[in-house]
Amino acid sequence: MSSEWPLWEVFIRGQHGLNHRHVGSLHAPDAEMAIRHARDVYTRRNEGVSIWVVPSNQITASVPSEKGPMFDPSKSKIYRHPTFYDIPDEVGHM
Amino acid sequence: MYAQMVKSTGTMKTREEMDERERAFQDRIDAGEKIEPQDWMPEGYRKTLIRQIGQHAHSEIVGQLPEGNWITRAPTLERKAILLAKVQDEAGHGLYLYCAAETLGVSRDEMTEKLHDGKMKYSSIFNYPTLTWADIGAVGWLVDGAAIMNQVALQRTSYGPYSRAMVRICKEESFHQRQGYSIMMKMASGTPEQKRMAQDALDRLWYPSLMMFGPSDKDSVHSAQSMAWKIKVSTNDELRQKFVDQTVPQAEYLGLTVPDENLKWNEEKGGYDFSEPDWQEFHDVLAGNGPCNADRMAARRTAWEDGAWYRDGLVAHANKRAAQRMAAE
Ligand SMILES: [Fe+2]
Ligand SMILES: [Fe+2]
Ligand SMILES: [Fe+2]
Repeated sequence: MSSEWPLWEVFIRGQHGLNHRHVGSLHAPDAEMAIRHARDVYTRRNEGVSIWVVPSNQITASVPSEKGPMFDPSKSKIYRHPTFYDIPDEVGHM
Repeated sequence: MYAQMVKSTGTMKTREEMDERERAFQDRIDAGEKIEPQDWMPEGYRKTLIRQIGQHAHSEIVGQLPEGNWITRAPTLERKAILLAKVQDEAGHGLYLYCAAETLGVSRDEMTEKLHDGKMKYSSIFNYPTLTWADIGAVGWLVDGAAIMNQVALQRTSYGPYSRAMVRICKEESFHQRQGYSIMMKMASGTPEQKRMAQDALDRLWYPSLMMFGPSDKDSVHSAQSMAWKIKVSTNDELRQKFVDQTVPQAEYLGLTVPDENLKWNEEKGGYDFSEPDWQEFHDVLAGNGPCNADRMAARRTAWEDGAWYRDGLVAHANKRAAQRMAAE
């Protein structure tokens, strides 16, 4: 009887200095194999310089149906954006 | 600036004095590569970064105090919401920076303790009081303006997590300076008394803002190694000059006078000549003797101590829930 390999989430750093970004997931028996598989699945065209893998069941996600109460409050706070303030061109970039 | 007098550890080595690993490390930096947490790095690089990023983080957090002072006294509800949003951003900046420092093997609590014990510093600027509403305008305009000047340059710093924190912070800073300048515009075009308050704020905060960039290059003993490692990417005097050149026209637009008799456009160098701040005052403030040092540190310690029951309570609750989950499985 074979046991199923757990799922891993894969993050790739595309270029030196950038953040790792989520690119997808894969199955693997352990972290080391997950990195190898990620290399083979997600960086075949030179997409990365570094890989992170995280067990999928270790990720806690926000609830999609609560999107409204979660994110709507920031919509009204337009003063958080620089464009809210009228700054005359004469004083230069700010 | 937010990190003003960061001691760099290790004497500067010539290429011949470096061992093979150190040479390879320096080559990567010279080639513009970012250093990441898992990479080998000289101990001095790591220690200097912890000091600089830690000091920068502390500055974001302590920097909330002079502005927090005015949240309940903002002149309108709109200004209050804006100031609250700005101070909230600064808390986030502290968090990004502490996290960046933690990738170097130091914990946030350790750094906090060192700050409270007087073993780590924060920017001298936050030891000056905010006496009137105009000061809140001047802080956004000048202090955040100076911070941006420094942080824009630091986006190119060699340590990946620090550089990425700077990119994020710079995106958020623009609104800080603009809301400050917009307060100044209101005050400077208001009643004669309001205009006087705006001028007074500029008078008091001009030189402390110039001090934010740290000592003059000729007296800046730790700069060379930090520049070679690209922990710093511009010299103190370069940034200070840029700041003056950018800010003087903005003061003129407001109809305010920069409190410096020697301020003069120098055609030849394409920048202003200006007076240096009083460096004795700078060293006194850093040594703990500024107008608000004792207040700031007391406020930080109180916040830390008064918040302990809450932090402990949340951990106890998390542990309880984990135990319940275990029992249920
Ligand atoms: Fe900030
Ligand atoms: Fe800011
Ligand atoms: Fe800052």
